[in-house]
Amino acid sequence: MIPASFEYAVARDVADAIQLLGSSGGEGKVLAGGQSLIPLMKFRLAQPGLLVDINRVKGLSDIRENGELRIGALVREADLDMNAIVRERYPILVDTTRVIADPLVRNMATIGGNLAHADPANDHPATMLALRASVVARGPKGERVIPIDEFFVDTFTTVLAPDEILTEIRIPKRPAGGGGAYLKLERKVGDFAIAGVAAMVVMDEKGRIAAASIGVTNAGPTAIRARKAEDILRGQSPDDKTIAAAAAAAAGESKPWSDLRGPAEYKLDVIRVLTQRAIRKAVARATGGK
Amino acid sequence: MAVATAPTTSRGQRTHKIHVTVNGVPHDVEVEARTLLVHFLRENLNMTGTHIGCDTTNCGACTVLLNGRAVKSCTVFAVQADQATVATVEGLEKDGKLHPIQEGFHQEHGLQCGFCTAGMMMTAVAFLATNPKPTELQIREAISGNLCRCTGYVNIVKSIDHAARVMRETAEGKA
Repeated sequence: MIPASFEYAVARDVADAIQLLGSSGGEGKVLAGGQSLIPLMKFRLAQPGLLVDINRVKGLSDIRENGELRIGALVREADLDMNAIVRERYPILVDTTRVIADPLVRNMATIGGNLAHADPANDHPATMLALRASVVARGPKGERVIPIDEFFVDTFTTVLAPDEILTEIRIPKRPAGGGGAYLKLERKVGDFAIAGVAAMVVMDEKGRIAAASIGVTNAGPTAIRARKAEDILRGQSPDDKTIAAAAAAAAGESKPWSDLRGPAEYKLDVIRVLTQRAIRKAVARATGGK
Repeated sequence: MAVATAPTTSRGQRTHKIHVTVNGVPHDVEVEARTLLVHFLRENLNMTGTHIGCDTTNCGACTVLLNGRAVKSCTVFAVQADQATVATVEGLEKDGKLHPIQEGFHQEHGLQCGFCTAGMMMTAVAFLATNPKPTELQIREAISGNLCRCTGYVNIVKSIDHAARVMRETAEGKA
């Protein structure tokens, strides 16, 4: 399959990329890892007039932690997986990146693309909702920081303007007593999630859940936050009854659809079970376990 | 894909002149922006060792190394490889001597129909460069983006393990 013809330009830096996008009359698309965009173009579901290749832009591929974790939008999934800070302190990100597509795709695919593509089946959105992340966007009017809760508008749609570029993901520093996990059920390696659940908890010194946040993959037109489940967990001990109640609430807040990956009813039960497991794993990690 | 050199491609055009080094041989070719790397290899360079299987980023038959990283060449544009190095299955054999991964597939009967083999071997070459002493599980994870529809995975895993052993012995000067 061959994409429709398009114009191609290599951006020298972010400002250049913004200018190129602005000059395209809304026909431009950013080419980062290309692992979602190029298949869409081959199916001709996307026919951009101009591709702005940002792969040679410097300064978008760093991972740093000072005050917060900052991940450049162009960081490849394979590099996120191998990063020492991420491996030691943010295992939820390792959980997430390792279930995205397959190792070959992860050599190209970027974390920024996974978010900006805004596919509810993508895995980073739920994890970023659970991590209470922000994304940094740069456009002709300068830079803005967008809380992840406000980023996703609809399937394949974010609040990014056509000439704005996602440059960085900011994640609050892992607090003392904090832990998280992402679990995904997939039919095979490389498939999209039947369902996926990201859970983050902060435990207080009495062993209660001081704060919790839960994101769900493939549970609606965008990844969703299971706020009722979070409310149930807050202030409680992580006992079986509380976790079961939170998991039931998370399923109740989810709106999966029936497709080749299973009927909606089945997926709701998968979400319920994965939520329980993700909370347990998050609590275990928050209290020093793996 | 870290590319340090400034691109030579002109901006905002539908066709571009690119400079790509494939298996050590430099090529200067004009391609359409929409030309996929796998089509460039097979049709412009007549190197048909790299296969097109699913054409939907699933099967890995088209795997090549782009600046040393294993990628699916049906999901990369040829223009993205400007100033880059590409390694394909045709470059594995050197001076009439098979690469250890080729020896491994030969010794362990790692192929049946052979369609997935080029992709499997290129994935394995990149994988063994980063993990010279893998476990069986690590090998299976590494090839999880490559499909063998003969389902000959047992022997493929043995083949990669064989190559890993040979390469370690060579590195240690025993071979």
